[in-house]
Amino acid sequence: MLRKGLAIAALGLALMGGPALAAGTQEEPRTVAWSFNGPFGKFDRAQLQRGFKVYREVCAACHSMNLMSFRNLGQAGGAFHDPKYPNPNDNPYVKTIAKDFETSEIDQETGDIVKRPATPADRFPNPYPNEAAARAGNGGALPPDFSTLSKARAGGADYIYSLLSGYSAPPAGLEVPSGQYYNPYMLGDVSAFWKGKGHAPPGGFIAMPPPLAADKVTFDDDTKSTIDQQARDVAAFLTWASEPKMEERKAFGVGAMIYLLILAGLLYMSYKRIWRNVAH
Amino acid sequence: MADSVTGANPEHGEDGDDPSRRDFIHIAAGVAALGAAATVAWPFVDQMNPAGDTLALASVEFDLTKVQLGQSVTIKWRGKPLFIRHRTGAEIASAIKDDKAALRDPSTDEARHKAGKAEWLVLIGTCTHLGCVPTFGGGDYGGWFCPCHGSHYDTSGRIRKGPAPTNLEVPDYAFLSDTVVKVG
Amino acid sequence: MSGHSNYVPKTGFERWLDTRLPIARLAYDSLVDFPTPKNLNYWYTFGGILALCLGIQLVSGIVLAMHYVPHVDHAFASVERIMRDVNYGWLVRYMHANGASMFFIAVYAHMFRGLYYGSYKAPRELLWILGCVIYLLMMATAFMGYVLPWGQMSFHGAVVITNLFGALPLVGQSITTWLWGGFAVDNSTLNRFFSLHYLMPFMIAGVVILHIWALHVTGNNNPTGVQVKSKADTVPFHPYYTVKDGFAISVFMLMFAAFVFFTPNALGHPDNYVPANPLVTPAHIVPEWYFLPFYAILRAVPDKLMGVLLMFGAIAVLFVLPWLDTSRVRSMRYRPTTRMYFFIFVVACLVLGFCGGRLPDEYVIPGLKTFQLLDADLNSMVWLSRFAAAYYFGYFLIILPVMGLTENPLSQPKSISEPVFSHSAALPVGAAASPEKRG
Repeated sequence: MLRKGLAIAALGLALMGGPALAAGTQEEPRTVAWSFNGPFGKFDRAQLQRGFKVYREVCAACHSMNLMSFRNLGQAGGAFHDPKYPNPNDNPYVKTIAKDFETSEIDQETGDIVKRPATPADRFPNPYPNEAAARAGNGGALPPDFSTLSKARAGGADYIYSLLSGYSAPPAGLEVPSGQYYNPYMLGDVSAFWKGKGHAPPGGFIAMPPPLAADKVTFDDDTKSTIDQQARDVAAFLTWASEPKMEERKAFGVGAMIYLLILAGLLYMSYKRIWRNVAH
Repeated sequence: MADSVTGANPEHGEDGDDPSRRDFIHIAAGVAALGAAATVAWPFVDQMNPAGDTLALASVEFDLTKVQLGQSVTIKWRGKPLFIRHRTGAEIASAIKDDKAALRDPSTDEARHKAGKAEWLVLIGTCTHLGCVPTFGGGDYGGWFCPCHGSHYDTSGRIRKGPAPTNLEVPDYAFLSDTVVKVG
Repeated sequence: MSGHSNYVPKTGFERWLDTRLPIARLAYDSLVDFPTPKNLNYWYTFGGILALCLGIQLVSGIVLAMHYVPHVDHAFASVERIMRDVNYGWLVRYMHANGASMFFIAVYAHMFRGLYYGSYKAPRELLWILGCVIYLLMMATAFMGYVLPWGQMSFHGAVVITNLFGALPLVGQSITTWLWGGFAVDNSTLNRFFSLHYLMPFMIAGVVILHIWALHVTGNNNPTGVQVKSKADTVPFHPYYTVKDGFAISVFMLMFAAFVFFTPNALGHPDNYVPANPLVTPAHIVPEWYFLPFYAILRAVPDKLMGVLLMFGAIAVLFVLPWLDTSRVRSMRYRPTTRMYFFIFVVACLVLGFCGGRLPDEYVIPGLKTFQLLDADLNSMVWLSRFAAAYYFGYFLIILPVMGLTENPLSQPKSISEPVFSHSAALPVGAAASPEKRG
């Protein structure tokens, strides 16, 4: 009886941290069968490449990715990883991508700030020089940094995908403030702006206009460029960027679990053998 | 120890089954536990090796046109100074002349620069004695002089006098073009 | 440590060592030859599991400190760098972050086991109190560790917890300012929290040594609660309990590994991956799961000072527990009525944890509006936590003292070996049962 009671207690306490406080009024994100789900999940390389293209051509205009360097794209598990180049700095594709971006450095002779083409070791350049500039360029709203976005939002990739592909016309009776857009997946509370009957609709206002459009990005692998596809791909890319070591972690984990199962089995047999002559 | 306890004896079972099989399970369990500990130990050792961002800065490219003839420029590479010296004809000649002198760490001048690029000397700027940074142009041989313990290097960066055991080290580098070298 | 020793030095070196620093004797007496009741169940393996948890946290923490930068401008990025660039940094960091949760799972199991089998009763009062000190140090360490990544939850958690001390009359404001080293949680606060977070685990290790010392003086309690009577009641710690603890540890590690490798962020909060911003508070601010019951008690009280006092009182009451429980029977096995109250107590703790993770005004049964009682609807989290908190304190302050005097316990076996040997045979009733009847 104690066993059962306390086992449930420990389990209950353990599970409580996760789902706590789901008190928002937004819609639950739609779930996607991601290739990286589950203990054996891996990122889809082609999807990451498409997602990077969406980020680069659409998101990067406003959203920084301060923790990412170009070399990350070429590292093991990255979008442009090539086993021929174990050192991602040598990966010619990554070098080409980096070269298309400019980064500033201090000229060692004059002390001036000069622009030079980026190298794989450089970070993704920030679209704005500072936070104030970012806010000024976006009607007072700060576009969040994308480095850890997928980890920083409840729902992760599902949430990013749902939000990007989930813009809908505001229901009749909802007064959308100027410079804001209605999105049913956005965390928030629109009841103060609800003039219709019954409950206020789910979701919140977001300062970002719908960023994606069909054929806005041309995919190199001839995948049809729909809003849904772009949202999926960029969500996968951002999830990789949040957890670039996920594949390594899961592979290590599968091995560790198998090893621990064997160890537990051996210890159990050893335990039974040692105890078998003890009346207890 | 265990034998002193009544009815509690792990080593000698009442029934006479094969003792080697009994031992095997205990040994296997012990070995597996040690194996688990060893597997976890490696990541804890490896984490002290250079991290990804450190390795990313492990190579630098340098534009040689910035170095005047007869001058040396010091840049930072892997956290250490790197000497890039634009040697004059006289300096090269004196270095070649000394190829046959009694050297502590024998090496020809030819072997210390890239073929056909005798005017460019690229060296790691830490004294091979205890890691100080030698000063340019000092010492009895016109190369470098280490102020810490008085090591003299010649214009080829070879140790000639003082406590240092070996010549200044030549890093891995390559000419990407006539004017650009990539070190590392 | 506890008098008699069976250690016999075998080699010349061992004899030499034994007359100078009898460290081998100490290890032999406490880890090999230590007589341990032979009826300890799996609930008793959590002590060993906890020792391992402390070891893991210490080693992984020392490693993280090699890469972490305790500065408001760099802390968040340095933690991310650990996970992105440092070799196996992701493993070390996730081990440390989830290790804290595992540590608390094990410590709660260990504590509930102590409560159930009466392990806090004479002569083990100090053993229990040292355990409470460890628990308190663990909570302080865990709280400060959670601040270090300097995410949104780190920052605002630090703000809320340090402000608790502001509730104290007269000195409150000075204490919070002193804790902060400024006018708000800022770089000075982060720096001192890092220093203390590094220090405290070693204090815990010190108290753990005292805890084990005290354990080896009194010997283990056991599920019957009956004192060890003879050698027939015990087995040597090694190999009997080393292998049993080892097996339990391997099972525990399976759960640990499942979290670290497959859902490393499940026990954390997404907002802590947003860099700290002192100007914006996250929509819902919650502590880590292991603090939720205390957080619920804090919020159950409408008065700031009373809430803080009650929250600390919930821990303080554990320190005096050995003198609150008046029963002379240790194990709940022989206290059927009190056992029932104990299980309600476990549920009350869970309910408090549940409430701590919800908004106070949220309905318990969704959509059911009942009536306003004082300041909130009766069907609200705040009222549920009030009932549970009342039971929490009632269990320690009323139920345990009263039950010990009024209940009629079942007869206890004469010795640990007895229930094994006699099985269902009739117990010698008079002899065993009479000492427990009081009054």
